[in-house]
Amino acid sequence: MNITLRVWRQAGPDVEGGFETYEAKDISPEASFFEMLDEVNEMLNDEGVEPIAFDSDCREGICGTCGVMVDGHPHGPQSATASCQLHMRKFSDGDTITIEPWRAVAFPVLRDLIVDRQPFDEIIQAGGFISANIGAAPDSNIILVPKPAAESSMDAASCIGCAACVAACPNSAANLFTGAKIAHLNLLPQGSPERYHRTVAMVETMESFFGSCTNFGECEMACPKSISIDVIAWMNRDYVAAQWKNFRKQGQQ
Amino acid sequence: MTTEHTHILDAKIPDGPLEDKWTKRKFDVKLVNPSNRRKYDIIVVGTGLAGAGSAAALGELGYNVKAFTYNDSSRRAHSIAAQGGINATKNYPNDNDSVFRLFYDTVKGGDYRSREANVYRLAEVSDAIIDQTVAQGAPYGREYGGMLDNRSFGGAQVSRTFYARGQTGQQLLLTAYQALARQVGLGTVELFTRTEMVELVMKDGRAVGIVTRDLVTGEIESHSAHAVVLATGGYSNAYFLSTNAMNCNGTAVWRAHRKGALFANPSFTQIHPTCIPASDEHQSKLTLMSESLRNDGRIWVSKTPNDDRAANDIPEDERDYYLERQYPAFGNLVPRDVASRAAMRMVEDDKGVGPLKNGVYLDFADAISRLGRQVIEDRYGNLFEMYERITDENPYEVPMRIYPAPHYTMGGLWVDYNLETTIPGLFASGEANFSDHGANRLGASALMQGVADGYFVLPATISGYLANWLNVAPVPTDDEAFVETEQAVQDQIEKLLSINGTHSVDYFHRRLGKIMIAKCGMSRDREGLEWALEEIPKIKAEFWSDVKILGTNESLNQSLERAGRVVDFFELAELMVRDALQREESCGGHYRVEHQTEDGEAKRDDDNFAYVSAWEWRGEDSPPTLHKEELEFEYVALTQRSYK
Repeated sequence: MNITLRVWRQAGPDVEGGFETYEAKDISPEASFFEMLDEVNEMLNDEGVEPIAFDSDCREGICGTCGVMVDGHPHGPQSATASCQLHMRKFSDGDTITIEPWRAVAFPVLRDLIVDRQPFDEIIQAGGFISANIGAAPDSNIILVPKPAAESSMDAASCIGCAACVAACPNSAANLFTGAKIAHLNLLPQGSPERYHRTVAMVETMESFFGSCTNFGECEMACPKSISIDVIAWMNRDYVAAQWKNFRKQGQQ
Repeated sequence: MTTEHTHILDAKIPDGPLEDKWTKRKFDVKLVNPSNRRKYDIIVVGTGLAGAGSAAALGELGYNVKAFTYNDSSRRAHSIAAQGGINATKNYPNDNDSVFRLFYDTVKGGDYRSREANVYRLAEVSDAIIDQTVAQGAPYGREYGGMLDNRSFGGAQVSRTFYARGQTGQQLLLTAYQALARQVGLGTVELFTRTEMVELVMKDGRAVGIVTRDLVTGEIESHSAHAVVLATGGYSNAYFLSTNAMNCNGTAVWRAHRKGALFANPSFTQIHPTCIPASDEHQSKLTLMSESLRNDGRIWVSKTPNDDRAANDIPEDERDYYLERQYPAFGNLVPRDVASRAAMRMVEDDKGVGPLKNGVYLDFADAISRLGRQVIEDRYGNLFEMYERITDENPYEVPMRIYPAPHYTMGGLWVDYNLETTIPGLFASGEANFSDHGANRLGASALMQGVADGYFVLPATISGYLANWLNVAPVPTDDEAFVETEQAVQDQIEKLLSINGTHSVDYFHRRLGKIMIAKCGMSRDREGLEWALEEIPKIKAEFWSDVKILGTNESLNQSLERAGRVVDFFELAELMVRDALQREESCGGHYRVEHQTEDGEAKRDDDNFAYVSAWEWRGEDSPPTLHKEELEFEYVALTQRSYK
């Protein structure tokens, strides 16, 4: 199949970018979206044009390294699918496809389709962990976890940190990402001692980088792992509770 | 090729009974007292499971750690793609598991080419891994009573595998990432993202630091420390097409090898039996389907060669469930090397399935009718979805198509029992070292080794080296050892950018990969290996005269990044071939067609090859020197591996 691409090109963080148009010819419908871009890059390299820079690592939809806007949709038109798992059979011969980086003030473009998602790491560093020093753990079956809690925790924990939720949000809010990690840990008995402290620390770090949530719900639709916006409600509940719990004095429960 | 038996390989295995060795080492090793630990700087390269684990553990102990990853965040790394699970000897299912049984299974599964003491230690700490990761919040699968659930895996007759759906690697990496993030927040670890180690720095025969390239700005920088830990994963991408992530590479270990670290068993690579077959010429990587699928899936092909019927049109009595037929005791759960070779033979016999006839079926119809679709969906839902996205076929209705693909490398930097390489002060952790899996790794053991090395082994042994350097400052980065190394790095980059030939980096990498998979993949023979040994240097020479890398060093330049990695893959691939050539036996994943039993199984030669081959770099123009570490088996009897 033959495709026309409009691709965002930007040489560096401080340089103005713009769209360039390229023809992708004889692309196999079996090719993945990034294999198509690989081929375009081979062609550009042959022509003496610097290849399009884009982040991609596992190509299995699990590492969260990749992510581009495809015709205005984070990760493209297929639901619950990361860019790397999108295949060209979802497009038609002769289509024009527009490819852009994630757009958010907190994520400066480093080059072409690559952005800097460092604020996500800072949110995790603020409290997205359980303080369990290595070597200090009790036998694992001493901590009983009800199966439904384990399942809900796992649903939230499947977040891949790709930032499609931020890219999809009209306010560039990171509530789905932050809520998912808080839900993963707060739903588990192991996570409960730090529950309220964690929630406040992570929410406040989040708010120093990102916009506010307006319950628009676009994030859930964009999420390649279909993480439910329930996690945002739980986060808000724990954040509000933390305000009147005076958790530091009360042992946090 | 020269072969030498020398005494440079001292594995430093503690004396005494097998079950006491690790305890003894932890007691014998020199310690650094808590108030002195902050006087030490340690570099950890790579932040996958073994790297993030090491960095977090060392930070918790109170050392100053600098951790490096080429990824944009330490939450990436290829550990994340491990699907099926992690082994431990908890014996929760009451099916006779024990430390000794996991040890025994792993030594046997590795076809008796691993060190007994290392493997025993791995089995011994496996329970602590589950305890630790549960405490850190890994959401493992549970029973309704709230206790942990187990599943079974290839090469074992007990259910000892803990899992978090089909995303166990992701969840374990995230616990290590979070433990690391906590230390970053506490200031014990300084994290460098999008920063690639491009060279090791040596002074007076020991490792004193690394040179890195900032992948965004191109800045070349030196970092100095008392010790350097490489946790940089495996080198399956030497095959170009593998299940490894796009950025996985062998540069860190290869640069260390060129500086004097011996490289062990480079030819021991694992071809994983259950991957999605390639669909066309432009394929960029292959995707793994968890081995756990073999618990419920039945592998078959048509009994008729070149059968063009759709899978569901082939009647039951015309199907050959060849693993169940050939290996009744283990059936579809034979170890990976055995399953891979069996699939290869089916395709060679024109029984391959799919549009390109390059796969075999993995069928869930029986399991679905026995257990119901819901149970299968609970167990493997995300894998089935992934399969459907890639192939556009629904595995609940038609059998999956699978074929083996390069997946894991058992070989790596030679390390002693303390995980120290032959370079003092340089340690290797996780897949980057060679130590625990012999010639074949059992499923759910890579995560186990990554966590074991990172959390428990390395943090315990590294003090033995560090204690010698109390109150000695690290070598300053303006020392000539650093200055010269930086210059060499700059020179290579300039040389690469100045070639301005006609073909891309990938063009050469693909060519290398095709040679490697054909001649040094699932089956190997002398003729093919000798041919590869002539061919690889030719492609390398062509690369150095004809590669076309646009752009500059002073910007984000992905072609330049890949070029530096492919340069090292050429040399590493050559060593893989050399190693496969010298090992005139078959064992585990190393299958020499000249050495097979009457049934076509790998035929070992324990009298002559029960050793670790450890190669010493002698320069680009001289062949490497082979050193041997003889393996001694006191607790496991060497037998022909049988899974019948």
